[in-house]
Amino acid sequence: MSPGPEHYLALSALLFTIGAVGVLVRRNAIVLFMCIELMLNAANLALVTFARLHGDLDGQVMAFFVMVVAAAEVVVGLAIIMLIFRTRRSANVDDANLLKY
Amino acid sequence: MTGMLLAQEASAGEAWTFWLLAPVAVIGAVGMVLARNAVHSALWLVLTMLSLGVFYVVQSAPFLGLVQVVVYTGAIMMLFLFVLMLVGRDAADSLIETLRGQRTAAMVLGLGLAVLLAAGTYRWLEGTPAAGLAAVNAEHGGNTQGLASVLFSRWVLGFELTGALLIIAAVGALMLTHIAHAPGERPTQPERMRARFAPGNYPGPRPGPGVFATSSSNTTPAKLPDGTAAPASISPILPIRELTAAEAADKETER
Repeated sequence: MSPGPEHYLALSALLFTIGAVGVLVRRNAIVLFMCIELMLNAANLALVTFARLHGDLDGQVMAFFVMVVAAAEVVVGLAIIMLIFRTRRSANVDDANLLKY
Repeated sequence: MTGMLLAQEASAGEAWTFWLLAPVAVIGAVGMVLARNAVHSALWLVLTMLSLGVFYVVQSAPFLGLVQVVVYTGAIMMLFLFVLMLVGRDAADSLIETLRGQRTAAMVLGLGLAVLLAAGTYRWLEGTPAAGLAAVNAEHGGNTQGLASVLFSRWVLGFELTGALLIIAAVGALMLTHIAHAPGERPTQPERMRARFAPGNYPGPRPGPGVFATSSSNTTPAKLPDGTAAPASISPILPIRELTAAEAADKETER
């Protein structure tokens, strides 16, 4: 059976959900970041599929922008994780509760 | 006629690619979430990202497919591995739940969300034919050229803004990871030179391990003139190893 847009979108939804569950389940800050990357990638797959569905390149341009923003986000996020690790010797998100009331 | 045949062949190839690589992508994603070791998580994610790159190429987005491989799996995942090796490599995930039943609730809700989203989009678009990008790509002379002409005309403001965003992110990362040393915090070169020739410090090179010793091993200390071992001649992480009398005895092999 030849895959149509609905198959790609279902796959994209599945990958997005796996990423979301990963963010809820995992504790290591870097693994959390990787789960967020997976969610961004799933959104990219949906955008590319929409571009093909509508015969319009705008979806691909959006996916391109998402990639650039993801790269910037990774750079700043990993720098923050490094900073937290340097002061607290831990990359566990449960340990960083300094701003808790 | 030929075009139709070609299209049929292409769709058969796409079907093979999709049904082979879609499970691979899902397995990679699940493996990333389930892997206890963070480095294994990163490698599973690389698998998923490579499959997605192939999907982009199949969906007539070859430029994005290439960018996916080069930027995501190449640059971003290498950055992840780099930081992992510096930070969290041996930090295994804690199994303590700070909120009771959170993992189970997350799994159940995630399953519900997956079924809802996947089934919803599938039923919504089932049987909808894709318009395809062949016409648009042919109009500009290729996918990359078409993407460039759209990017640099209608979306040029957004393009400039992302450029500014990248510069801000790079400077921000530099500022976050920079460690400022106050003057006087670290010994200057003249101070280190004076300390080297100060009384009580031997300024010359350390004696090499194994010099005038019974063995040339790195763990055998050099001998001082009085015959005792020189502890400064071996690295502090290596244990001092002196040969026992039985080991040092004549083996009758040198006659």
